[in-house]
Amino acid sequence: MAIETEPGTTQHPGGGQPAGGAARRPWWMRPAIHTGLIGAVIGYAFGHWLGNLIASGYQQVGTSDQNDTAIVLGYLFMVIGWLAGLGVFNDLFKQMAGRRLAEAENGNGPGGLAQYFRFHLDHKVVGIQYLVGMIIYFCTAGLLAMGIRTELLSPVHHVFSSATYIEIVGEHGTMMMMLMTSVILGPFGNYLIPIMIGSKRVAYPRLEALSFWLTPAAFMILLSALLLGGFHMGWTGYPTLSIQDTSGADAYAFAFGLMGISMTLAGFNILVTVICYRAPGMRWSRLPMFVWGILGTAVMMALAAPVLSGGMYMLLTDRTVQTAFFTDQLGGSTYLWEDVFWFFGHPEVYILALPGFGIVCELLPVFTRKPLFGYKVAAAGMIGVTLLSFFVWQHHLFDSGINPDMRPLYMLTTEMISIPTGFIFLVGMGTLWKAKIRFTVPMLFCFAFFFNFLIGGISGVFNSDAPADVTEHGSFFVMAHFHYTIMGGLIFAFMGGCYYWLPKMMGIKLNEKLGYWHFWLMFLGFNSTFMPLFAVGWLGQPRRVFEYALRLQTLNDWVSISSYVLGFSILLFVINFVWSTVVTRVRETGNPWESRGLEWQIPSPPPAYNFEHVPVVLSGPYEYGSEGSEPVADLNPPVGVLAAAFSGSETARAEA
Amino acid sequence: MAAETQAATPAAKAGGPNHGLRIFLIWIVLALAADLVLWFVLGPHIPPGRLGSAAQGQQFDNNVMIAMSAPVLVLVLVYFTYAIVVWRRRPGDDADGPPLHGHSRIQALWITVTSVMVLSLAAFGTYELIVPYGAGGGEGPSPIWNPPGAELTAAAQQRPWAPGHVLVVQVIGQQWRFTYRYPGLGGFETTELVLPVNTMIQFDVTSIDVIHSFWAYQLGVKADANPGVDNVAYTKTQHLGRVTVRCAELCGLWHGAMFNYGKVVTVPQFQAWASSTSVALADVTKLLPPYSTTYDPTEIAHLGPVLQKLGLTGAGGGYYPPQDPSQP
Repeated sequence: MAIETEPGTTQHPGGGQPAGGAARRPWWMRPAIHTGLIGAVIGYAFGHWLGNLIASGYQQVGTSDQNDTAIVLGYLFMVIGWLAGLGVFNDLFKQMAGRRLAEAENGNGPGGLAQYFRFHLDHKVVGIQYLVGMIIYFCTAGLLAMGIRTELLSPVHHVFSSATYIEIVGEHGTMMMMLMTSVILGPFGNYLIPIMIGSKRVAYPRLEALSFWLTPAAFMILLSALLLGGFHMGWTGYPTLSIQDTSGADAYAFAFGLMGISMTLAGFNILVTVICYRAPGMRWSRLPMFVWGILGTAVMMALAAPVLSGGMYMLLTDRTVQTAFFTDQLGGSTYLWEDVFWFFGHPEVYILALPGFGIVCELLPVFTRKPLFGYKVAAAGMIGVTLLSFFVWQHHLFDSGINPDMRPLYMLTTEMISIPTGFIFLVGMGTLWKAKIRFTVPMLFCFAFFFNFLIGGISGVFNSDAPADVTEHGSFFVMAHFHYTIMGGLIFAFMGGCYYWLPKMMGIKLNEKLGYWHFWLMFLGFNSTFMPLFAVGWLGQPRRVFEYALRLQTLNDWVSISSYVLGFSILLFVINFVWSTVVTRVRETGNPWESRGLEWQIPSPPPAYNFEHVPVVLSGPYEYGSEGSEPVADLNPPVGVLAAAFSGSETARAEA
Repeated sequence: MAAETQAATPAAKAGGPNHGLRIFLIWIVLALAADLVLWFVLGPHIPPGRLGSAAQGQQFDNNVMIAMSAPVLVLVLVYFTYAIVVWRRRPGDDADGPPLHGHSRIQALWITVTSVMVLSLAAFGTYELIVPYGAGGGEGPSPIWNPPGAELTAAAQQRPWAPGHVLVVQVIGQQWRFTYRYPGLGGFETTELVLPVNTMIQFDVTSIDVIHSFWAYQLGVKADANPGVDNVAYTKTQHLGRVTVRCAELCGLWHGAMFNYGKVVTVPQFQAWASSTSVALADVTKLLPPYSTTYDPTEIAHLGPVLQKLGLTGAGGGYYPPQDPSQP
C-alpha cells in the first residue's frame, strides 16, 4: 500500500513494541559494527586467498608483490563479509526460510546510542548515521587538503616526496568527490524528506540503510590505498596512467565503484519516496523547495552513478584480467574512459550543487519572513539543471582532441545551464525584497552561499567558453571555480542546514556564539583561500603540481596560510557540534525559527513513525505574512477525512 | 503591534523610498566604473598575453566576458548589500514581511535577459573558436578549422619548411618530458622548443605512454597528448619572447616537474639553430623511428640509446612495473 493511514502498532516514543520484540541476545552477539568488522576481516582473507588461487600466474605488482586480482577479490568479499556481519542479509534469509521477522519493519527496536552502530531501518537513525559519517569523511579529506597546501608553501623546499604528494592529492579529491555527493542527501534528505512530505517512512528502508553502510566501507577501502602504495592519477583516474599504477589504484576503483552503488540506492529510495509517499494535500505545487532539490539530486544519482560503477568495473577488469577497454594499442581508447567518467562526473557536480540550492530556498523564507519569490521558477530551475546536466559532460574534453565540432555544441549546452542556475539568484533576490531579515547563523550561511556561488557561477561561464578554457583548463583557475561552487555552495549550505535542522534532528541547538565565530572564520578563510587561486591559475599554474613558478610563491603562501584559517573554522564547527550535542545539551524541542515547515509542526526529535496520523496538508510551506492563511497541515485530521479524500477517482488507491 | 504594521505598510508603499530606483542608480554607476576600470586598466594585463595569436584571442575573450559579467556581479552584490542594510529586522519587530509570491514581469524580464546574454556568449565563443583556427585548443587528428597551408599527413609534414609557411612541430609527451620533432627540418628531435617569429605554428601533439597535456602558456596553446592520437593545435607567433611549457594533465609522480621553456626567435636565428641542431643530432636522428603522426612505443627498436643520448630519464625510471608500455 502506498500510504499508511493508521499506525500498525501502538506508538511509543523511541519506537518498537514495549516488549522489545523477541528475547534479546547479549549486545555483543547482536549484529552491529563489531561483527561487521569481523566479517570484513574474514571476507578479505577469503577473497585474497581465492584471488591468489585462481590468478596465481598473473603479473605481480612490483611495489606490493601481490596480484591485483587477489586484492580486488579481497575487497569484494570484505564488503560482503562486512554487510553480512552487520546483519544486512539476516531478514532476507529468515524470509527465505519462512520464519517470521522478529521486529517491526520500521526499526530494529528501541536502541538508545547503540542503535546508531547497527544496520537500522528507521530513516531518522540512518540520517544521524549519515550526518556523523559525513562529518568524519569531510574532516579526513579536509586534513589531506591541509597537507597539499603545506607542500605548496614553497616551490623548491618539499615537505613530501613527489609520490606522497600525489597520493595525498588523489585521496583528497577522491574522498571529497565520492563521499560528499551524499553530504546533504544523506543526513538531511534521509532524515527530513519523509517528514517534510508527511510520510511515516521511506519507500525502501533496507536500500536506504544499505546505502549508508556502504559508505564506511568505501571510505576505509579508499584510505587503504595508502597501504598499497597509494594511487597517482588524481580523482579522475585517467588511463593509461591508472592501468600502469600501483595496486592502490585497485582500492581507488573499487571504493569509487562501491560508492556509485551507494549513490544509486540512496537516490532511488528518495525518488520513490517523494513520488509515492506524499501525504494527502501535498501537491507538487506545495512541495518544499528542499524536497525539489533533493528530488533532482536523486534523479541524477539514480541515472548517473550506475555509469560510474560500470566505468570502475571496466577499469578493474583492465587492471586484473587484462581486458583492454582503455589501452590504445589493443583496440581500446582512453577517450572511452574520459567519456564514461565525465558522463557521471558532470551530473555529479550538480548532485553537489542542487541540495545546496534546496537548503537555501528552504531557509530564505523562514528568515526573511516572506513567501518564496517565484516558487515555480525555482522548481523549474531545479528541473532544468537536472535535465541539462546530462548534456554538458564533454566540456571536460575541450582540449583532449575529441571531434572538434562537438565543442560549439557543448559550449552551448554548458552556457545554457547557467540560465536555470541563475533562477536561484532571481528567487533569492526576490525573496529579500522588503524582507525582515533575521540574521541568524543559518541565514548568514545562506548569504555566504549566494556570494560564493555567484563567483563560482560566473567563473564557470569563463570555463564554458572553449577559447578561454584553453588557458583555464587543468589550471588552478578551474580548481578555484569548482571549490567555489562545491565548497562555497554545497558545504556552506550544509553548515547552514546543520545549524537550522539540528534542533529538529537531535532536539539540541548548537551554540550560537561559537556558530558566529565559525561562520565568519569560515567565510573569510574560504574566500581568502580560493579567491587568489583564480589568479594563480590564470598566471599559469597547473593543478596537482608540487613545483611551481617562483614568482607565484607569495600568492601560494597567502593561500596556504588562509587554508589553515579555513581548517581551524571547520575545527570550531566540530568542537561546537561535540560541545553542544555531548556536553551542554541545551534542549530545544519546539519551533525555534518560527518556521511553517511541516517538519517543525511535530515535536523534536520526532517520535517513531514521525506522525501519529498521516497529516492532511492544507497550504504551502512558505505562506508567511498572509493574514489568515491556513496552517500548513492538519496533524489530527478528523476520522473519515482521509477516506473522503480518497473517494472518487482514487478509490482504488485508498483500498490498495 | 499588528495594527501598527498594517498601518505602516501602505504608508511605506505610498511615500516610502523607491528601492528599485536607488538600487538601479547605485548599480549603474558602479557597473560602469567597474567595466571601465576592468577593460582599460586591467584588460591589457589579462592572461595569457599576446605572444601567440591564440593567446591574444583568449585575452580578448576573457576581457569580453569580464566586461559582461562585471555588471551582473555588481548587480547581485549591490542588491544583497542593500537588502542587508535596509531590509534587516528592527529590534522588537516580530511581524512577517509582505506576502509577495512573485512578479511575472520581473521573472519574464530576468529569464529573457539571462537567456539572451548566455546565448550571445555562446555565439561569441563559437565565433572566437572557429575563426582563430580552434583558438589554440587541441582539435584532434582531423581538425576542421585549419589555417591555409596546414599539413595534415605525415608525408606532407616532411616537406622542407620555408619561411612564411606553416611550421609543423611535433610534440611528444612522455613521463616526464616533452620533446619536439621538426619534420620539415630533417626530422630531428630535441628537448628545447624554438620557434620562428611571425609564423603560423602547427603543433602535432602525441604521447608514447600516458595522457599528458601540452600547455604552452604564452602561446595560448593547450592540447592533450594522448597515446596513439595526433592532436593538432594552431597558433601564430607574434613577437619575440620566452615560452613556458607545462604539463597540464596529471601524468604520474613527476607531473609537477614536467616543465621546460621555449623561445620565439627571429627567422634567421631559427634557421641557424635548426641547421646546427640538425647536424649535432644527426647520429641520434638516424636511430629514431621514421617520422609519423603517432608512435607505438612497443615498436621503437632503439628507444633506449636515444633516451640516453638526449639525457632523458624515459618512462621506466623504476617507478612503475614492467607492463608500463614505454619501458625501453
